[in-house]
Amino acid sequence: MQADTRRISPAGMLLVTAALALLSMLAFMTLGAKGSWAFILSFRGTKLAGMILVAYAIAVSTILFQTISGNRILTPSIIGFDAMYALLQTVMVFALGAAGANAVDPRLQFVIETAAMVGFSVLLFRALFSGATRSLHLLMLVGIILGGLFRSLSSFLQRILDPNEFVVLQDRLFASFNTVNADLLGISAVAVVAVTFILWRLFPTFDVLSLGRESAIGLGVDHHRTVTILLVLIAVLVSVSTALVGPVTFFGLLVASLAWQITPTASHRFVLPIAVCLAIVTLVGGQVILERLFAFNTALSIVIEFVGGLVFIFLLVRGSAR
Amino acid sequence: MIEIRDVTKSYGSSAVVDRVSMTLPAGGLTSIIGPNGAGKSTLLSIVSRLMPMDGGQVLVDGLDVSTTAGDVLARRLSIMRQDNHITARLSVRDLVSFGRYPYSKGRLTADDVEHIARSITYVGLGAFEHRFLDELSGGQRQRAFIAMVLCQDTDYMLFDEPLNNLDMKHAVETMKLLRRLADDFGKTVVVVLHDINFASTYSDRIVAMRDGRLAFEGTPEDMIEPARLQAIFDVDCRVHAVGDTRLVNYFE
Repeated sequence: MQADTRRISPAGMLLVTAALALLSMLAFMTLGAKGSWAFILSFRGTKLAGMILVAYAIAVSTILFQTISGNRILTPSIIGFDAMYALLQTVMVFALGAAGANAVDPRLQFVIETAAMVGFSVLLFRALFSGATRSLHLLMLVGIILGGLFRSLSSFLQRILDPNEFVVLQDRLFASFNTVNADLLGISAVAVVAVTFILWRLFPTFDVLSLGRESAIGLGVDHHRTVTILLVLIAVLVSVSTALVGPVTFFGLLVASLAWQITPTASHRFVLPIAVCLAIVTLVGGQVILERLFAFNTALSIVIEFVGGLVFIFLLVRGSAR
Repeated sequence: MIEIRDVTKSYGSSAVVDRVSMTLPAGGLTSIIGPNGAGKSTLLSIVSRLMPMDGGQVLVDGLDVSTTAGDVLARRLSIMRQDNHITARLSVRDLVSFGRYPYSKGRLTADDVEHIARSITYVGLGAFEHRFLDELSGGQRQRAFIAMVLCQDTDYMLFDEPLNNLDMKHAVETMKLLRRLADDFGKTVVVVLHDINFASTYSDRIVAMRDGRLAFEGTPEDMIEPARLQAIFDVDCRVHAVGDTRLVNYFE
């Protein structure tokens, strides 16, 4: 396997994945199109834009999270990001009622959720890194525990919720790539562009960060500052993807592991774009297959979570959880 | 010159480094010796700003390590640590290239490329340039990390137990390499060593630490002496002069 992947150059691999991504986008826009093109293009275009944003957000946030944690099996959801999203939604439905929650401007909701998630990650990070023990692993563990707390709180609130309102809530909590939240596309795109701009300026540090904290400091990177900024950006990206389609746990892991595997170099210059292309192929291509082959008989998120879960177990068994 | 002034570091109530003051002059090879838990590695981590100190000050050529910008310091001082665990799958060349980061921020110039090639050749890894780190033996890996420090081309180079896990041949080769850094390139090399005979044979100066404090410092002639070694290590030993070097027999 290694010998196979080494024969192709990193740039070649990027070209291949980019071509596949373009192909799946093209297929998504054109296959089985009947009727007015104006309608099809705007209807499918919205969905496509949403999926591309989600693919980008999840791929980039997972890869960067793995880079700063020095671990290839972690995803942002491990420090409770998705659990926090679920709790926010639950509290909102609980406090305002289903009708009230639906009446709130989704853009306002998005801003509040993003702010809460960024605040949460910064607080967690500051609290754990300014003390005597500066351990990313401690951060992870506290994140896992807090994630558990958030989940328990959510399920407690959900139990005492009115059943009708619970149905509304459940609908919000399931990841669905079919019902991309179109109201949020604009603001999500703005957030993603802003994040990308900052990432672009930090880009040279990514490879150095993957050497670990001490080596990065030794090479002159302001580790604490850079990692704090990156965690904030990751929080924004996770918020974008959860706000658009809902929480997805294993998708990031699936895409990131594949990207690390097939990229013949560990350089972020190649791994990041390849991961984004793979995410687009998986999401958009998967959606095409689902719509055309299975005629909507199943949900893409279920398939992705199933495959992603298998990959996760495979990685664990193979012992690559370093 | 590295000036260490009253540096203190404690975990809870126990001080690991306890008000240590010393001056490491520019040039030459200085060994830091001492028993386990004497605070040698901690001191080295503090000097190279990997670990914050609880009190005191470290100046490298007059630059305070706690306040100087990271990239400025990275062009003056480099460190090779004991455990170099890297998640990313890197080739020797990739790793050594990182040594140029303080200068080029990831965009390698022709000058950088030349530095990289020279460093790899210098540690004798020319044939393994494109091998991945996990395909190398312990000694080769160690030399790859030394090449990275070499590539960083700083005036001060710190090594934390670079001989760990090396066999005789590789240990000797590594020490000779460090010696040449001082002799051929005029670098200031500071090495934490456990093997007293390596310290005796290769150092210009030896600094001994014990219980977080500076115990003794001096030339190998001053330091390699039964009474001093007894005071540092609590071990009875005999010192033999073999040619110009003094060897310590602590085995019996």
